[in-house]
Order: sequence, then C-alpha cells, then structure tokens
Amino acid sequence: MPSIRQNAYSDVLPDFRNLGVIARVLLAVNAAALTAALFAARDLVQGADQFVQAATLLEPLLLACIVTLAAASPLLGRLAYWKGCAAVLAIVALLTAAAYAAVSAIAADASQDANLARMLALSAVVTALLLGYFRLLAKAYSPAHAEARLQALQARIRPHFLFNSLNTVLSLLRRDPKRAERALEDLADLFRTLMSEPRQFVRLADEIALLERYAALEQLRLGERLQISWELDAAPVDALLPPLVLQPLLENAVHHGVEPGTGPGAVLVRIERRGDRVLARIENPYIEEQQKRAGNRMALDNIRERLLLFFDAEARISTSSAGGIYRVEIELPYRVAARSTERTGT
Amino acid sequence: MSLRVFIVDDEEPARARLKELLEDIAAELPTSLVGEARHGLEALEQVPGSGAQVLLADIHMPGMGGLELARHLAGLEQPPAVVFVTAHDRHAVEAFELNAIDYLLKPVRAARLAAALKKAAVAVPDRAQLARAAQSAREYLSVVERNRIVLVPVRDIVFLRAEQKYVTVRTAAREHLIEEPLVALEREFAGRLVRIHRNCLVARAAVRGFERNPGDDEAQWLVVLEGVPDKLPVSRRQWPTVRELIAEKP
Repeated sequence: MPSIRQNAYSDVLPDFRNLGVIARVLLAVNAAALTAALFAARDLVQGADQFVQAATLLEPLLLACIVTLAAASPLLGRLAYWKGCAAVLAIVALLTAAAYAAVSAIAADASQDANLARMLALSAVVTALLLGYFRLLAKAYSPAHAEARLQALQARIRPHFLFNSLNTVLSLLRRDPKRAERALEDLADLFRTLMSEPRQFVRLADEIALLERYAALEQLRLGERLQISWELDAAPVDALLPPLVLQPLLENAVHHGVEPGTGPGAVLVRIERRGDRVLARIENPYIEEQQKRAGNRMALDNIRERLLLFFDAEARISTSSAGGIYRVEIELPYRVAARSTERTGT
Repeated sequence: MSLRVFIVDDEEPARARLKELLEDIAAELPTSLVGEARHGLEALEQVPGSGAQVLLADIHMPGMGGLELARHLAGLEQPPAVVFVTAHDRHAVEAFELNAIDYLLKPVRAARLAAALKKAAVAVPDRAQLARAAQSAREYLSVVERNRIVLVPVRDIVFLRAEQKYVTVRTAAREHLIEEPLVALEREFAGRLVRIHRNCLVARAAVRGFERNPGDDEAQWLVVLEGVPDKLPVSRRQWPTVRELIAEKP
C-alpha cells in the first residue's frame, strides 16, 4: 500500500518568494503586454510606444502584486490549493482596483484608457494563466512519474558499495562481532534514507549523520587509505535540504579520489552557513582520468537536477580543480522548518 | 600436497575474508597461502618467486587492476591460474563468461571458492583469452627476464619496431624485446601510437618533427623523436595519415 501513498500528488501553489518564480512572472507578464501592444498597433514603432505607455501602469501594479504575494506566501501555502488560487486572484484584483483608483486620481483624462472592468478582466486572465502554467510546471516535475524519477535519482548508491560493504561485514563477523553489528546498523540507516520518501526535506544534522555512517563503512573497508577531515563547527544543523545531496558527493570523493590511489588520500568535508546561504564543500585528491569518468558527471548531474527540482534557481553546484585537489561546492538557501520551536530541544 | 594460493586485493577485510574461507574449506581442499599483495604492481613483484599455483585477484585495484596483472603474469614460464574476484562488475562478468575465465562474486561463498580453486588447479592461463576479456588498454607492457617481470610503462614508449619474431620496445632509457604482434599492439594503443611504417609504431606525444629523406623514394620523410637519436622513415603510404594525426596533436 505505501506505493499508493507515495504516488499521491496534490497541487501546490508556487513559492512566490522563489527567484525563479518571480523571474518567470516578470517575463511572462511583460511578454504578454508586449504581444498585446504589437497586436493592437499598426506598426512596430506604434506598438513599442503603446507598450511603454501601458508599462507605466503595468510595472508598478506587477511589482505590487509580486511583493504582496511574496509577503503572503506562507499564509497562502497553508490554504488548500483551490482556495489559495482564489486568494491569489482576489489579491491581484484588489491591487488592480487600487491601481485604477490611483491612476484616476492622478490623471482624470486617463480614465478612458484605464477602464476598471477591462483591467480587472485582463489581470484575472493573466493571473489565471500564470497559475495554470505553474501548476503544469509543478506537475511536470513532481507528479507520479516524476516522483518515480526522483526516487530513481535518489536510489543511486553504487552496487559496488553494497556488495563491498557486505563483504566487509562478513569479514568482521568472526574477528570483531561488535564492529560487524555497528557496520550493519550503519548500512541499514543508509538504505533507509535511500528508500525514503523522495520529496521530503531532511535536516542538515540528519544528512551529516548519514555522511558519518557512510564514512564509517568506507573506513572499515579502506583503512588508513581514507583520511577524512570534518569541518562542521559552523554547520547550520537545522537547515533543511533534500536527502542525499551531500552523501553522493562524499561517495564520489572516495570512489574517484581515494580508491584509485595506492597511498593515503585526504578528503575534506566542510559545511558552513554564510548569511542566508548554506555552503558545503568537498575536496579530494585530483586523479585526472578518474574525475572525467561518466560516473562522476552522472552523480553531479543527478544532484544538480534534484537541486533544481527543490530550489529552482536558488541553489548552485560547481566543481573546480587546482593544485592536485578536486573540489565540489554546493550553495543552498538557508531554510529551517516552519515550526522550528518544536525542535529547539534537539 | 596442498594448493599454493596467492591473494591480491586492495581491501584488508576482503583479504581477511578470503583467508577465512580458505580455512573453512581446508578439509575438502587443503591450501597454503604463499603470499598477499595490495595491488597489481605489488603482486607482480611477489608472485613469480612465490610458487603460487592459483591467484585470487580482485579486479578493481589502485595502480594496476586484476585483469592487467593476469595478462602480465601469463608471460611467466609457469604462470599461476587466475580466479578473478569482483563485487559487481557487469562488463567484466560478461567478458569472463564469453571467454570462460573463472570469476567469483563478492561476497564469496565457501562452496563456490572451493569449486573455482579445483577448476583453476588444472587450468592453464591463456594470454590471448585474457586479452580478449580485457576492458581497456594496459598501462604497462611486460617482459619476462629470468623469472622476473619487468614492466615498461606504456607512456614511456617512444616507438615500437617489429623485427622478425620480436618487437623492439624503445623508451628514452633503453630497449626491450617483447613477443606480441605489432597489429594487436596498434589496436590496443590506437590513441597513443601511430603507425608510420609497415614495421613501426611511434608515440604521437614523442614526435618532434619531420626531416626530408633524400635519396629514398619509398620513404621521403623521416620522423624525429623526443628522447632518442633514431630517425625513423615514414612510408609513402602512411605519410598522409601520419601528418594529419600529428597535426591534431593536443
């Protein structure tokens, strides 16, 4: 039965505070206004002229709508989807009426141009179209089949890792049963996360715990060859992020930077908060043939895609190599759980 | 008499596990462990003198993996039979099935290990078969000298020249003789070596330039190479290809 629950998908309003959403609204509305102006005009010059005229009314209204919706975003998010849409339409209509009132007060002769009914109808149609677009966009990324896509993206620990880890546990069973037990517990935790609900955010503290479990398993297998230094003192442990964003990067670092070397390989894991951004950096020794391999790129593309699904334009992932060090950096917006008071004890 | 086994794997727990399993099957199949190594290069030094009859070799190891190790060892007068051990490697497994080379999947079962060792004890490793199962070009060529294996890094090769039964491998430091067909070498190292003549391949990276070769109509150009004084003739037939390949050299 859980598969049915997993696939259940309900519409959600776009996040009006998201830069990607704001940029799309700005672009779409202005493009629509330009098209309308060109459509009504006789030639290009007149069209441009009309667009500029319309813009003096349109832009302030548009900005007011964006700011108001951004401010109301958390409240809107709590409403059921259709009620939320109605509320958005109401806000836009209200602001349109206010803009009309303001324009009529400033310039009496403009009233023939700015007919209230026409303005309300136009803004309602544009808003409804945009809401519809965002609904389709959200659907394209996250309905049942995209759910499966996320699941597939998430469940990507290398099969090698599973079998090597099981082999390691087998080798410990007789020599050191306690450590074998711990290793199995770590493995269980890793796979629990791998098979978890893919759309849920986790706390950074949980992802860090996962990194440590993974590192413990690899440490057993690779021994002194794996030397990880952790710089986590400034890590915002309450930040929210999609699960398994950092673990694949550490896995990559081990797989491409440490395993192919005969000597010890140093890996750095640093996570910190800078203002409203969360920065994570993972470094490993640079071994040229390795880093260019398809496996490495695939893992990076995978994370990039998931960050896009979760944060749109607000997350970044970049790689660089210098001085024999390969480095991956991730930047995420710093977000905490809405009811963080419940969690202050942890 | 017990079977002499050598284990090579870069992970200590994996070696420990194989040793445990060897003890477990000792009643059925007595074995003695003659050595252990952490990667292919270490194994190449130790295996020839160890008297190993069977080698249990991991495929993925730093420095040199199991497949290349097996190819070099196959040049020995009495090479050990090799049983490959791998965690999960679809391509390797497919290659082995095609070539009927024995392999074990990690985690290894005792019964499977015993069966593989029994089979390996009577098998003779076949260099050609190993070459067919290989997934990528070797990093080294090997020459057996007095039951020692001398490795020549492929990146050090300046040119290869076929002379009757042998191929001369020329590096900046010295010359070696190997017994492999030039055609097979050309295919294996296609990205690195260029054929300049019926009997000769040169490293693209080592080409410094060309000189006119007056008087010889069949080879009007000579190639000048980095690190060696030899100037080698480019055949008329190869000249257009050679010029193009060298021109696009990074």
